Amino acid sequence: MSITYLEAIREAQARALKDDPRVFIYGQDVGAFGGAFKATKNLAKEFPGRVLDSPISEDAMMGLAVGAAIEGLRPIIEMQFADFSTVGFNQIVNQAATLFWRTNVPCPVTVRLPCGGTSGSGPFHSQMMEAIYAHYPGLIVLTPATVEDAYSMLLEAVAIDDPVIFCEHKFLYYHLKADKLPDTALPVGKARIAREGRDLTIVTYSAMVHECVAAANELASEGWQIEVVDLRSVKPLDTDTVIASVARTGRLLCVGEAWPWGGVTAEVIARVASEGYELLDAPPQRLNARNTPVPYHPNLWTAHRPTARAVVSAARKLLRT
Amino acid sequence: MLETVPGLPAGDATALGREKAVLAYGFMLRARLLDDKFATLYRAGKIHGGVFLGRGQEALSAAIGVSLRDSDVFAPLIRDAAGRLAFGEPIVDAVRNYLGSALGPMRGRDGNVHRGYPREGLLPMISHLGAMISVVNGVLFARRLKGQTGMVGVATLGEGGTSTGAFHEALNQASIEKLPLVMVVANNQFAYSTPNSRQFACDNLADRALGYGMGAHNVDGTSLPDCLATIGQAVETARNGGGPQLVVASLLRLCGHGEHDDAGYIDPKLKASPLGRDCLKLAEEYLLSQKLADAAQLAVWRSQVVGEIEEAVNQVQREPTPDPFTEKWTALSSPHLNEMHDEI
Repeated sequence: MSITYLEAIREAQARALKDDPRVFIYGQDVGAFGGAFKATKNLAKEFPGRVLDSPISEDAMMGLAVGAAIEGLRPIIEMQFADFSTVGFNQIVNQAATLFWRTNVPCPVTVRLPCGGTSGSGPFHSQMMEAIYAHYPGLIVLTPATVEDAYSMLLEAVAIDDPVIFCEHKFLYYHLKADKLPDTALPVGKARIAREGRDLTIVTYSAMVHECVAAANELASEGWQIEVVDLRSVKPLDTDTVIASVARTGRLLCVGEAWPWGGVTAEVIARVASEGYELLDAPPQRLNARNTPVPYHPNLWTAHRPTARAVVSAARKLLRT
Repeated sequence: MLETVPGLPAGDATALGREKAVLAYGFMLRARLLDDKFATLYRAGKIHGGVFLGRGQEALSAAIGVSLRDSDVFAPLIRDAAGRLAFGEPIVDAVRNYLGSALGPMRGRDGNVHRGYPREGLLPMISHLGAMISVVNGVLFARRLKGQTGMVGVATLGEGGTSTGAFHEALNQASIEKLPLVMVVANNQFAYSTPNSRQFACDNLADRALGYGMGAHNVDGTSLPDCLATIGQAVETARNGGGPQLVVASLLRLCGHGEHDDAGYIDPKLKASPLGRDCLKLAEEYLLSQKLADAAQLAVWRSQVVGEIEEAVNQVQREPTPDPFTEKWTALSSPHLNEMHDEI
């Protein structure tokens, strides 16, 4: 018996609906059809009236969620693709993110963003949105990299009293598997050491965790011990775990699938540079996607995002510095 | 007739006709004199940021407020002082939000027309036009999920806001869900400086209701009795399961977009047309003609409201302003999720 990353997301929603009558799911095709990726498969049948198709209206979907949250409910909004959340951007960053600060009324909305690239998906079905949402005060931004985290962090997201942007990576949906769902989990805000090492710290999150672990395994055959830190949540960002790791290794490489300008990798480097400068034996480095829209063709797509091979190359260079 | 603490009397839905007109007039008068006070304070440099008045829209706004019950939902916009007061907002809280009192509903974190009490059904507007409508939908949707019935939600907007995608998305959504939403559009002829000819190309904005599957209503926004009748009908239709309703009121904004704007772009001919009539004066004429009040009574009410406003301003001017040293500086309600980084 094994469970995929996607099934874990479906199971977390089933459990949230079962355990908490305040939870409902609203999004395009999430009802009888079960969602474009089947993340809500059979949920409309199991929980009548609580898993509802929305019109193609991301702005109104988010506005409705905020209104329902004001009434004490805990909506889960499925954006069909993270890319389309830009159409609902205003309601997320100006309505949901400001509500508590302005009025003292919490806004417990979970927004699921199927994010990241898969081959053949092109510029508008592949984007990583975590940096843009993390920029706004009042939002929590989660980026689970494992089946276990997809499950436990989605359940925690629904329980959090603030708006949560849940970035679930489409590349991990089907091929990432676990034996069973977890009984316990690290809380949101704690990073995880995905692989221990002493020569170099790679800080990463979401699907890039797997590219980085693969890179670390390859470098291990050359005798290098690479530590991989999986941030799990990019906001809040667990600076302590990152700094502690850099204190052990003296070298930092940040890897993200998002675009290079600003963003999570830049934030991590800024924090380490200002709070742990004396721990660094070499200038910290970043590896991101290329600074273009995400390409369609696999030849271009595999060269656009960081891969294990690109991580190995960047790590080798840094290890020699 | 005017209450010291504004609010709806119980069973207001049955208080139709003459009594309701007097009640609504009271809120129109309060709103007009309160707006005048804000304009004076603005010119005296006592208000940080902008001042946005509802002059010319009081009849429409008050008619909304007196047509709603405490259990209803109201998302007012910038020219709805009358409706807010009629829905139950204390004058003192309006003053607090303009003067930045730490005791106000937004505690200095937001100002002027951005105020409300979400849990009490008075939603605090954000500046992005059309964005509050789907939030009203969400409140109504949630209450239906919780098994609550019999309530209505009203959102207001100017004609300029009807050009947004948010307006379209939200009305379509309300119609699909058959929510008891009443969308009230004040067609005041100008969106800031932009005239209707550059805003929409249909003959009548209410015609759009057909495209959404909503009920359509047109009303002369300068006439209090007409507004009471039309808004009252739209609200009761929605309350009784008739689905969402669109009301378009024709009137003229009798002020600038804000007090920083002299509105020199408004054609004097338009001001002299029936659209440019002052709804407050018309309401007074109506009360006199219907023998609901005489000139002496109107003067007494006016002086009573001036006193209420002066008292509120005097009180608020003695209240503390927000303190950056005790401000928590966090936008999250979950303390454990605040980053250490925030405290640097």
